[in-house]
Amino acid sequence: MYSLLLILIPVVAGLLSFFLKEEKTVKGFTLLASIATLAIAISSLCCNKQIEFSATWIPALNSHFSLSLNGMSKMLCLLNCISLPIIFTAIYKNSYKNAAGFYGLMLLMQAGIMGVFLASDALLFYFFWELALIPAYFLCSIWGGEKRIQVTFKFFIYTFVGSLLMLLGLIYLYLQTPGSHSFAYNDFLQLHLSAKQQASVFALMFIAFAIKMPIFPFHTWQPDAYEQAPTPVTMVLSGVMVKMGIFGVIKWLLPIVPLGVQSHSNFVIILAVIGMLYASLIAIKQDDIKRLVAYSSIAHIGLMCAAIFTSTTIGMEGVLVQMFNHGINVIGLWIVADVIEQQLGTRKFSELGGLAQKTPTLAILFVVMCFANIALPLTNAFVGEFLMFSGLFKFNIWFAAAAGVSIILGAVYTLNMVQKIFYGNTVAQTENAIDISLNVKLALVILVIMIITFGVYPMPLLNLVR
Amino acid sequence: MEQTHNSSFITHNSQHMNKLVYLIPLFPLVGFLINGLMRKSLSKSLTGIIGSVAILASFIVSLILFLDVKTNGAMAVNPLFTFIKTQTLTIDFAFQVDQLSSLFLLIITGIGFLIHVYSASYMHEEEPQHFARYFAYLNLFVFSMLLLVLGANYVIMFIGWEGVGLCSYLLIGYWFKNNNYNYAAKKAFIMNRIGDLGFLLAVFWIINKLGTVSYAEVFANASKLTAADATAITMLLFVGAMGKSAQIPLYTWLPDAMAGPTPVSALIHAATMVTAGIYMIARSNVLYNMSEFTMHVVAIVGLATALFSATIAIKQNDIKKVLAYSTVSQLGYMFLGLGCGAYTGAVFHVMTHAFFKALLFLGAGSVIHAMHHEQDIRNMGGLKKKLPITHITFLLGCIAISGMPPFSGFFSKDEILAAAYAHSPIYWVLGVAGAAMTAFYMFRLYATTFLGNFRGTHDQEHHLHESPKAMTIPLMILALLSVVGGLVGVPEILGGHHELHHFLSPVLVSEKAHEIPHNTEYMLMGISVAIAAIAILFAVNKFSKNPEMKEAEGLGKVLANKWYVDELYDNIVVKPLGSLAAFFKNIIEKSGIDGAVNGVGKLVQYGSRQTRLLQSGQVGNYILIMVLAFVLIIFIWINDGHIYRFITKLF
Amino acid sequence: MPISNYIIFCLALFTIGIVGVLVRRNAIIVFMCIELMLNAVNLLLVAFSKMHNGVAYLTDKSTIVGADAQVFVFFIMVVAAAEVSVGLAIIVMMYRNTKSIDINFLNRLKN
Repeated sequence: MYSLLLILIPVVAGLLSFFLKEEKTVKGFTLLASIATLAIAISSLCCNKQIEFSATWIPALNSHFSLSLNGMSKMLCLLNCISLPIIFTAIYKNSYKNAAGFYGLMLLMQAGIMGVFLASDALLFYFFWELALIPAYFLCSIWGGEKRIQVTFKFFIYTFVGSLLMLLGLIYLYLQTPGSHSFAYNDFLQLHLSAKQQASVFALMFIAFAIKMPIFPFHTWQPDAYEQAPTPVTMVLSGVMVKMGIFGVIKWLLPIVPLGVQSHSNFVIILAVIGMLYASLIAIKQDDIKRLVAYSSIAHIGLMCAAIFTSTTIGMEGVLVQMFNHGINVIGLWIVADVIEQQLGTRKFSELGGLAQKTPTLAILFVVMCFANIALPLTNAFVGEFLMFSGLFKFNIWFAAAAGVSIILGAVYTLNMVQKIFYGNTVAQTENAIDISLNVKLALVILVIMIITFGVYPMPLLNLVR
Repeated sequence: MEQTHNSSFITHNSQHMNKLVYLIPLFPLVGFLINGLMRKSLSKSLTGIIGSVAILASFIVSLILFLDVKTNGAMAVNPLFTFIKTQTLTIDFAFQVDQLSSLFLLIITGIGFLIHVYSASYMHEEEPQHFARYFAYLNLFVFSMLLLVLGANYVIMFIGWEGVGLCSYLLIGYWFKNNNYNYAAKKAFIMNRIGDLGFLLAVFWIINKLGTVSYAEVFANASKLTAADATAITMLLFVGAMGKSAQIPLYTWLPDAMAGPTPVSALIHAATMVTAGIYMIARSNVLYNMSEFTMHVVAIVGLATALFSATIAIKQNDIKKVLAYSTVSQLGYMFLGLGCGAYTGAVFHVMTHAFFKALLFLGAGSVIHAMHHEQDIRNMGGLKKKLPITHITFLLGCIAISGMPPFSGFFSKDEILAAAYAHSPIYWVLGVAGAAMTAFYMFRLYATTFLGNFRGTHDQEHHLHESPKAMTIPLMILALLSVVGGLVGVPEILGGHHELHHFLSPVLVSEKAHEIPHNTEYMLMGISVAIAAIAILFAVNKFSKNPEMKEAEGLGKVLANKWYVDELYDNIVVKPLGSLAAFFKNIIEKSGIDGAVNGVGKLVQYGSRQTRLLQSGQVGNYILIMVLAFVLIIFIWINDGHIYRFITKLF
Repeated sequence: MPISNYIIFCLALFTIGIVGVLVRRNAIIVFMCIELMLNAVNLLLVAFSKMHNGVAYLTDKSTIVGADAQVFVFFIMVVAAAEVSVGLAIIVMMYRNTKSIDINFLNRLKN
């Protein structure tokens, strides 16, 4: 029942909120709804068993509306559920035209993503995969920045191409199932495909996941989309939605086509490592907070992808933990970007400086998050990156060494960002800046507490995903 | 050898002592939290007291533990909680108090406390909340440093290792309005990160081969490592040490780090953090003993750094820069000692160096304080009369660092040089040359600053004053330690027992014992002391009356410009990397990859624009197409068998 | 007469019609060619119908089996005549509008 509620609450609340008139009511209502979902997610943690739900959906295709909630999906659902209340809190003071639509679509997007994490039926998985994309499309193309139409179009088409290939792969798997065919995850697990079949299914489905993550060289939609999307949407996109790609690889590729994964692992890891270095280098040259964080995110995701394909347990546990932690960290960075943009009207480093004098609280919280971004020990990202690098090292020393360079480059661009925004003397733009309001402070403090807690004591997360 | 090691991990029943361990890092952490979170409400004096008392409390606990270790030997490793546990790897958050770490605990908390007290007075001009921020950072630093030395495995050491790097970054950039300081802070952090990568890779290597990171297990199983593994691990660890302890080629951050407040330079960039590399190698001595190659590299890098930075120090005019290069040089000596297997000597030098270098930095701070933030020694001179306590203590520090008996520096440096001689006389010769340079530049500094006539402005002269008690008392204590601190390690040929050696021997095992004939050793001592003494006399003579006022020329200019190493790095690393990044951003990303993606889109659009022309609006065309389509359909219908075969053959 | 003669004749008529439609621009001639094609098909229909039911005719001369196609064709011709009137009306309207009966002139819907 938990699993169904996790989807149902945001869907119903999202649809209801379309009919609300007052902006205040919308905000309050959606915040409450997201907190309710969070409560469900937290209470589902207490249940140790795997939680299953199943109902008939499309009998003609033998596809069921079946959901399952186990370790990894519990964690990702938790991330998904944590992110929205925090985002809603942080943007409480912002105003969006047609707020009802905005907040409603946010909830629907959450529902779609949740479905992806929960579905244990391939067709249902695909259904939610696309369902998550549609609200994102509207959110970006209605509330986005100047170039929103163009960029959102690219984002949509790009991910859609990937999804169709994935659908092909899923249908192929469906046709391989014995008897009257089935989309059920468990039936997929029992397939015995030849190496050649596995390789082609892998290729079809991996492209979809690679685009979603994104992996070099399929990443170019991402910086544009992150930059042009309204920041709250960017938070969901990069904090939660990219995890769909990683999740897809772990749940739908690794166990189903293990030979396909194995035969491609070198290739994918090389791509991922190249992507890490490439994105890190580009991040150094960015002049826009959002673009910098976008490229930094590409680098981090690259490491996760590489670690998955090492097929080492240590690397995999690192990935699982890091998926959660990366979400927390990156949402924090976006919140700061949003605060700065809302208050000062610019995201360009060249127009910022000296904010630490004006907004000390923001500066401190941001610096903590930046250090989490470069995986300083005792912040949450360290644990995941340590395990992932360890796995990568086991796989191949040179890959680990090359990927390790991104640790250094990460420090370069992150500290550059801190310095250019917060240090030095104030400039015209930042002269009259005031420190953050209570709601933003609350959101950021919660994130920072999570960063430190899971950095010092990561065992709850590690136990959850075991 | 293994047996000696196992013995050091033998536990003894002092459970309550084990509990005390956690208090040591806890106090600074609490101090950090109080000062950090309540920085707006606390008064300055309260902040200073909280910060200092936290460290004092740690010091007292450290002292208790030290005495316990001294009588009962190393304590049992006691895990606080499980930090990381995966299917294949378990890392405990555990502390290990043994001879080596308890000694470092004393150095860190003891000198840390003195510097906290000194800071409370030195930083009194700061606004209350920034003053509290300063103490919060300082406490956090001590916390991290304590984690570094207390950790019972490489991961906890790494946590402290990066933690001190973070605090160093925060403290160098403490005056964050000044962008030059921020650059220096960033540079320090990034260069440290380069080293950290080496450290991290070494840890991965250990995990990969041995499946554990705890010292006890790693050292007990070290024999399972092949020679190549041992060399790789130790070399990678040494890369980490190069970054943290400012060795060639990663040393350039340390002189720039002088941007931070002077007490910070004393604590972090002289006494404690920069010696982390020595601690780490001394801690891993079991591994280092397995690799002859690494030992050579360590010795050579250390010696090269010692000499190289000594030459630079000769021509620096900033009082803190001289001391910074001197620190780099002394760290080089420590690595020389490590490379020659004289682990005790290196640790001994860490200790004495902590005394006299902290003293010198704090003395410099006192001078800077008196001179109203003037740091150029050419504008000083004759401070002897105005700052009597600072002058005396500074002089004692200079003598100690120059290696004059019976000051502390003599014993530790002598031990390293003796080990170097046993290794290779050439090392010894170069080492003595470095020592002579050390004596020379230190007394050049001393003479230019304190002797001769005052050369500053009238305004400065008017305000010259001895520093308050809170600053001079730490100076006096450190001066005392600099003078007598060497007595714990008096070698047997001078009638001592070298207590430090006996104390540390359970944890530090040198593969080869360096036995030099006593006569030779006396001679070596005599020569090095004599050369240093000559250098001192020459420097005092030369600079007390006629300090160097002109800009240097020729070789001197090269030295004054630090051999242009910064420029070199800028040109061979920073700029090419920047251009590469710009190339990636502007060319590959924009035109290459994104161009390809957009190109596909454009291709589709172009294609449809062209196909659209088929819809010409000419009825004739439509009919023609219709007819052709009919013909095609009929053709396919007739030949469907062939076509089907053809298609199946294709796929 | 063998059926192949009919088929070849109809094919010729039909092809003439197609070619006429394709190459001529005069609307009336195009129209006439369409009629030609229609009639070719009509003829073929009658011919096939007769051929199909030929056996029945041979055994019983009085049967009218096989004549149903002719009935169809009459219907078709009637409907075609109606079409012709509509088509000619369109052509007349077109002439009034454009002062021409060139069909290539009729591409105003383009763009």
